[in-house]
Amino acid sequence: MTTDVIEQDSHDEHHDDSHEHGKMTGIKRWLYTTNHKDIGTLYLWFAFIMFLTGGAMAMVIRAELFQPGLQLVEPDFFNQLTTVHGLIMVFGAIMPAFTGFANWMLPMMLGAPDMALPRMNNWSFWILPFAFAILLGSFFMESGAPNFGWTFYAPLSTTYSNGSTAFFVFAVHIMGISSIMGAINIVVTIMNMRAPGMTYMKMPLFVWTFFITAYLLIAVMPVLAGVVTMLLTDTYFGTSFFDAAGGGDPVMFQHIFWFFGHPEVYIMILPAFGIVSTIIPAFSRKRLFGYSSMVYATSSIALLSFIVWAHHMFTTGMPLFGELFFMYCTMLIAVPTGVKVFNWVATMWRGSLTFETPMLFSIAFVILFTIGGFSGLMLAMTPVDFQYHDTYFVVAHFHYVLVTGSLFSIYAGAYYWLPKWTGHMYNDTLSKWHFWCSLISVNLLFFPMHFLGLAGMPRRIPDYALQFADFNKWVSIGGFAFGLSQLIFLAVVIKCIRGGEKAPAKPWDGAIGLEWTVASPAPYHTFSTPPPQSDIDNADQHEH
Amino acid sequence: MSTDKNKDNIHKDTGISISNNNKTVKKLLLVVVAMFGFGFALVPLYDVFCDITGLNGKTNTTAATYTEDGIDESRTVRVQFITRNAKGIPWKFEPVINEINVHPGEMKVVSFYAKNNASHDIIGQAVPSVSPGLAANYFHKIECFCFTQQPLAAGTDVEMSLQFYVDLELPADIKTLTLSYTLYDITEKSS
Repeated sequence: MTTDVIEQDSHDEHHDDSHEHGKMTGIKRWLYTTNHKDIGTLYLWFAFIMFLTGGAMAMVIRAELFQPGLQLVEPDFFNQLTTVHGLIMVFGAIMPAFTGFANWMLPMMLGAPDMALPRMNNWSFWILPFAFAILLGSFFMESGAPNFGWTFYAPLSTTYSNGSTAFFVFAVHIMGISSIMGAINIVVTIMNMRAPGMTYMKMPLFVWTFFITAYLLIAVMPVLAGVVTMLLTDTYFGTSFFDAAGGGDPVMFQHIFWFFGHPEVYIMILPAFGIVSTIIPAFSRKRLFGYSSMVYATSSIALLSFIVWAHHMFTTGMPLFGELFFMYCTMLIAVPTGVKVFNWVATMWRGSLTFETPMLFSIAFVILFTIGGFSGLMLAMTPVDFQYHDTYFVVAHFHYVLVTGSLFSIYAGAYYWLPKWTGHMYNDTLSKWHFWCSLISVNLLFFPMHFLGLAGMPRRIPDYALQFADFNKWVSIGGFAFGLSQLIFLAVVIKCIRGGEKAPAKPWDGAIGLEWTVASPAPYHTFSTPPPQSDIDNADQHEH
Repeated sequence: MSTDKNKDNIHKDTGISISNNNKTVKKLLLVVVAMFGFGFALVPLYDVFCDITGLNGKTNTTAATYTEDGIDESRTVRVQFITRNAKGIPWKFEPVINEINVHPGEMKVVSFYAKNNASHDIIGQAVPSVSPGLAANYFHKIECFCFTQQPLAAGTDVEMSLQFYVDLELPADIKTLTLSYTLYDITEKSS
């Protein structure tokens, strides 16, 4: 049956090329492209370049912290590095990487010919490089780059700004517009472009997580745009939103920021849930355990994310009632998250497991993300948060959920779909080296940070007390090793693009999904005619 | 799904119904605009919320009138005064006494001292805040220098008074109140 579809598709491709626009050549292909696969590729490469850029900054940070005292960089430049590292990794690496996955995979998983709004798709990618050129360009200006932390708390970013606020605000505006356009495109594609017969509850969970994430983006990115606009007018046009002298309130900044900021962290993890929920069943040779409960759990997490923001602000002097409310709401999120973790474990239970690289990254994701989730629960407890607040414990927590969580899922997804994207199998040995080096070094990098934080080492400081020296040395060694390990991935991808064992249409025997019914590499145009109902039914993730 | 119902407006390459897409895009853009507005609406909402609940330690910005409902001599509340200069205002600004014991319902007058150490005239504005925040609604100022701007010529000084009483209804578990003033230079903003 698979062969039939391939023949049909290559026929369609031929048909497309013969009397309408196909690929342009050279740089124009990438500048003018409205093809979802091209744009997905652009997003993924952009995200990886940003990841290496932000990673290089982390290397300098870890080099400075290798031993106590000030060795390499000035404290002000250190603050610029921590700030821009955070901004790049959040808005430049993780989010665009997920948008890349959405662009590549959503139309193929839904049996649609392309994204719903291809021209807007082109815009939403091509404004991104300008945003990051502005942000990174501020390093070379007199003021220096933003140095107030990626959370840009007022008055650090207003009264005490080093002059970089305007560039920062414009960069964030452009990133926001790009994200909103990307999200609108995803929602419209999922609502209007599903192949006939593909009902909502037949969509792969991957699609569901991106659907919910896109709604979160549409709801909170405008709030981010609003808060940076207030910051801009406070700094340059004499308004007093966050300035107590004029009747404003700096604590209100934190409320508005975290009203955006907490849903934002789920924007960076829900797609990861979708990727892992695709891969674990494939290599367990079972259907996903509890598909419907996964959909409802994802929705619950998204809804709860709007009423927990003040758990980032326990130390601002909230009344007891507020602290209890936000503490219990936060802990409530552990329930749907637990549903997901148990479902992944139940999917693997008594499955015929094999440990290809995508599966290795997925299993590592489940374990290490859960560790990050547990440290999150610890932070959710108001009384103990007073000790953990602004220490390395927080740094350890969010790197466990973002690096071994989001990033590991991105690697898992990249290895899983590389054969579909490039038409070649990746180098298995190298990919295993990448996994094991990353796994060991990432834990050496982030696990000791828990102890540093519990012992009281503050975050965002270029120097520390002598008793923290040994752990920091190990953390830095882990950091350098993790950074270098990522170059193995670059090598694997380049090798895979240039050649390698030819990939069949479906290289993973346990995989399900419409994307495996088309040839590898996926033809430039797929599903110009909708897939047959039998293919859609075969791709259904429900247990039978 | 319903993509093939609108036969009249089909994209020639993709076969997608354009009018369906446009409808969805318009709805989503509306949400974007509404949420941008909501971000700004949070500003007045925040003030109203703090006003009603008395969270955040914001005291009233207008004078209260003293009501003689009696003095609760069975309770004593310690009221502490602290001052702080915001960035860039070269004034000496401090309370004349650092703390005072009062009975709820009892009116007291205390003074704050300010001196402009700069070589130019400066208009100052003191912004009060009460800790714990929940006590803010029970701290009544009958007269306060923070209600008005304080212009001080270069080198001159002034003693400013604060007349206040603590409400009889002050929750029993609050035994100490801290009133903090932050002094801002508003010369530019008020000219």
